Amino acid sequence: MIKVEHLYKNYSEDVKVLFDVNFDFEDGKTYAIIGSSGGGKSTFIRCLNMLEEPTEGSIYFNDIKINDPKTDLVKIREKIGMVFQNFNLFEHMRALQNVTYALKKVKKMSQEEADAKGKELLDLVGLGHRQNSYPHQLSGGEKQRCAIARALAMEPEVLLFDEPTSALDPEMTSEVLKVLQNLNHTGMTMIVVTHEMNFAKEVADYVIYMDQGKILECSKSEEFFTNAKTQRARDFISNML
Amino acid sequence: MQFHVEIIQEYWSLILGGIPIILIISLISALLGTAIGLLTVLARRSHGILDKIVSAYIDIFRGTPVYVQVYFFYYGIASLIPAISINSFTACIIVFSLNSGAYLSEIIRSGIEGIDKGQIEAARALGVKNTDITKDIIVPQAFRNCLPAVINEFITLTKETSIISVIGMHDMMYWFMVVKNQTYQSFEGLLIVFIAYYVMNKLLSLGGKFIERKLKYD
Repeated sequence: MIKVEHLYKNYSEDVKVLFDVNFDFEDGKTYAIIGSSGGGKSTFIRCLNMLEEPTEGSIYFNDIKINDPKTDLVKIREKIGMVFQNFNLFEHMRALQNVTYALKKVKKMSQEEADAKGKELLDLVGLGHRQNSYPHQLSGGEKQRCAIARALAMEPEVLLFDEPTSALDPEMTSEVLKVLQNLNHTGMTMIVVTHEMNFAKEVADYVIYMDQGKILECSKSEEFFTNAKTQRARDFISNML
Repeated sequence: MQFHVEIIQEYWSLILGGIPIILIISLISALLGTAIGLLTVLARRSHGILDKIVSAYIDIFRGTPVYVQVYFFYYGIASLIPAISINSFTACIIVFSLNSGAYLSEIIRSGIEGIDKGQIEAARALGVKNTDITKDIIVPQAFRNCLPAVINEFITLTKETSIISVIGMHDMMYWFMVVKNQTYQSFEGLLIVFIAYYVMNKLLSLGGKFIERKLKYD
């Protein structure tokens, strides 16, 4: 479980992104984080695996404080996967190698074991036929599905998605969202920063609404879209729909 | 106008005898220059006094002609401090290594900067250790990014060594002068030098293209 207490993030005296964010993520649930650009959504989830270092506050993962210099981040990051807006595939590796690289390096699997697992995962995201392609030969949607397979290979307890479809056209967006939908309620906690309201509404269990560096509300998704608690969230929804 | 074929027939092997010294100096300087380039890139990441010294070195060597640098190290320094007078071969190695090191440093740095930071983040997010990220993600891609510019720098280096006769090295230009003084003809000897340099550099660039093709991802 991820627990966030009094989280602040400043890039400088003037650029303050997160103010006193507190949140408990329940295991196995899917969260959609929505809100206007610049509201701190991406910074927030990037703090959850320490790609951004919090300025103040604590983040606990299974009761281990992860923003503690003594914590072995490598161990934590094995359990918290991430999928990025710009895919961030290793450009010099084929699709299959992208998926198996960390299995061999981090999980110390043998080549055969890793390859078998990698192929299985590429099949799962519908890329079995593309395993020997390099990233530049894949479409945007294929790249993102490959990146998801890469993250899944580590069998993370939590998977973070930082605007996974924002760089994709509508057709590719739906192929990626389908993959996300299939992963829903498979035991993994999914935290998805997104602008896809349909995903938030139909797939996510909870919607977290962030604005100006704070979590303004978190509601069950059906409740959020029909009966949001805060005026600002209601305004946001009416602008989006 | 007269073209003396007999000069070519008689002297080609003498002039081409200047090739080994060019290759030796180019090769040693390319290796040392690459080492200097790599070390200076690391030094510049320190952002301290070391970074300033290295930046000044690169700036100075890129900002002055190699011709002047050769004179400076061979005659200039020796006349200032006779005790550290160095022979012309050593002077060549020092100058060409430092000179190509300065250019290679910039080339390698931009090759590393050309790697998308997102890949490094992705590797960190997977729990990959920093040493593995450097070894498996950064170095192979930086190498490939740099390669065309590095080959280009090696070609430039080989061409620039054509001035080493000014401090008494017996390269092709030196032997050309010998031939000229004996035959009172320039064209034939220079033609040999011209073609020899062209062929050497062509082979180098073809070799580079071959490696580039091998490293392509498809």
